[in-house]
Amino acid sequence: MLRPAFFLKEALRALSRNAAPSLAATVTVLLTALVLGIFIPIVQATTGTANEVRNRVLVDVYIQNSATDDEVEELRQELAATTDVKTVQFISKEEALEKEKQRNPEAFELLGRNPLPDSFRIYPEDPDSVGAIVDSLAPLNAQGKREPQLAAIDEVRNREDETDKILKATGLVKALTAGLAALLVLASIALVANTIRLSIFSRRREVEVMKLVGATNWFIRWPFVIEGLIVGAMGGLLAILLLTIAKETFVDPLSDRFALLAAPDTIDFPLLIVLLLLSCMAVSALGSGLTLRRFLRI
Amino acid sequence: MATRPTEVAPRRRSAPKPAAPVVEFKDVTKVYDGGAVGLDRASMRIGRGEFVFLVGATGCGKSTCIRLLMKELEPSKGELKIAGRNLAEIPRSKVPYLRRNIGVVFQDYKLLPNRTVYENVAYSLQVIGESRQEIRRKVPDILRLVGLSTKLHNYPDELSGGEQQRVSIARAFVNHPPLLLADEPTGNLDPETSIGIMQLIYRINRTGTTVVVATHDHSMVDKMRRRVVELQEGRIIRDQVSGLYRPDESTSEFAIRLRGEMGIGAEGHPN
Repeated sequence: MLRPAFFLKEALRALSRNAAPSLAATVTVLLTALVLGIFIPIVQATTGTANEVRNRVLVDVYIQNSATDDEVEELRQELAATTDVKTVQFISKEEALEKEKQRNPEAFELLGRNPLPDSFRIYPEDPDSVGAIVDSLAPLNAQGKREPQLAAIDEVRNREDETDKILKATGLVKALTAGLAALLVLASIALVANTIRLSIFSRRREVEVMKLVGATNWFIRWPFVIEGLIVGAMGGLLAILLLTIAKETFVDPLSDRFALLAAPDTIDFPLLIVLLLLSCMAVSALGSGLTLRRFLRI
Repeated sequence: MATRPTEVAPRRRSAPKPAAPVVEFKDVTKVYDGGAVGLDRASMRIGRGEFVFLVGATGCGKSTCIRLLMKELEPSKGELKIAGRNLAEIPRSKVPYLRRNIGVVFQDYKLLPNRTVYENVAYSLQVIGESRQEIRRKVPDILRLVGLSTKLHNYPDELSGGEQQRVSIARAFVNHPPLLLADEPTGNLDPETSIGIMQLIYRINRTGTTVVVATHDHSMVDKMRRRVVELQEGRIIRDQVSGLYRPDESTSEFAIRLRGEMGIGAEGHPN
């Protein structure tokens, strides 16, 4: 007799004969997949946004108007050599004016000349080290004022209170979303595993009888594993169907209207559904196979 | 073949002498995890084709014997052999192959509730990888033998207790195992049905299968007149060959023997 066909038949028989537990397991998989499918992009978008905000943390070093080109070049090398500095970008007074004009055209229309100095924009390796960079470039003096170390520097600025807020808030958001994601994954696995355990527990006598008539462990296990695969696939597919509908009807029109929504990098939808389906099937099948172990020890 | 004399079995007589014992207990002791004693230095040999009753009150160790033979339990001490093979040497992964050579019948039938009569019997053939044609041939045959050819497609809960036990016997015997164990096969059945079940087991024994029946069904043991091993608190206190070599005795001979042995039979059965 063809073994795989037999096992498949056994699995299908078990599914149809134990419709209630099978349905419960399928619904559980469906719900958890749905929740995960919604939360994974949300968590990613949140973290993405937080990271983006953190990347706005930077240090501006304004150069003395009197500085010569040599002094400026020297300063650039000094800055680049400072620890924790990722990149140093030179912004000439003209570029600075262009940017400011874009931001506030009317105010700069009125100005006849360019009041802005040349500057270096420093992007830190790690947003959290921005304080250290500022301290090393311009330590606080006795009066509590910042005094630049190098002659060519006019002023060092990092928009202090803003930076602090950004770092604190984004740090909290990132930690929270990471914790939430971990909890969610754990809860999903526990929920699915428990439902499967219940469904198998209700059939432990059956397993015992199978053992007593001389069935090998895998002979008993395969139908259960296949059953788990089917339950996982069904729950996963239903969840994906619902997710697709939700995406088409709600998220897509929204993101068309507000570019903002689509901005953060989130997981590709096809990749997301494939991952969801695979993990549903894996958890469900593994859950079945592993839970059975306890009842096979006869 | 002489059985080993032990102090706990003073009235032991020698068993019949087939070539190799199918079952051999050598000083087997089983102490459960909680400290309860299941078997206490039990020794016996059961030869090929024998029909043995294990009798005694509840908790005397009958079921422990059966479960040890199924390798559901491991002996705490001593040696247990089936067909000369020490069960302790059989690794866990090979236990299913041992069980395929042992048919078992339980008091609570242990049928698969989600399968029809036919499928229940077929399962023990599917387990050993029997081909579909063979299953189609053998299952109706054995179900006819146990008298259930009209209930092939009924589910266990649609059958009477006696019928369920017949299914379980059919399942146990469909592979024609050399050894059949029955743990209280008539425990849940009325006397009339019990006789039918015993007859069935006896017929199986007549085909050469060694049969061990654990029971406390006093009247059944008396009627059957087979070898009786009596257990009390895990010890074998009596091992008696009873009527095994006298299948053709006349009614009067039977009556005389019956009267002579009634006392012995009742002795071990206070209830």
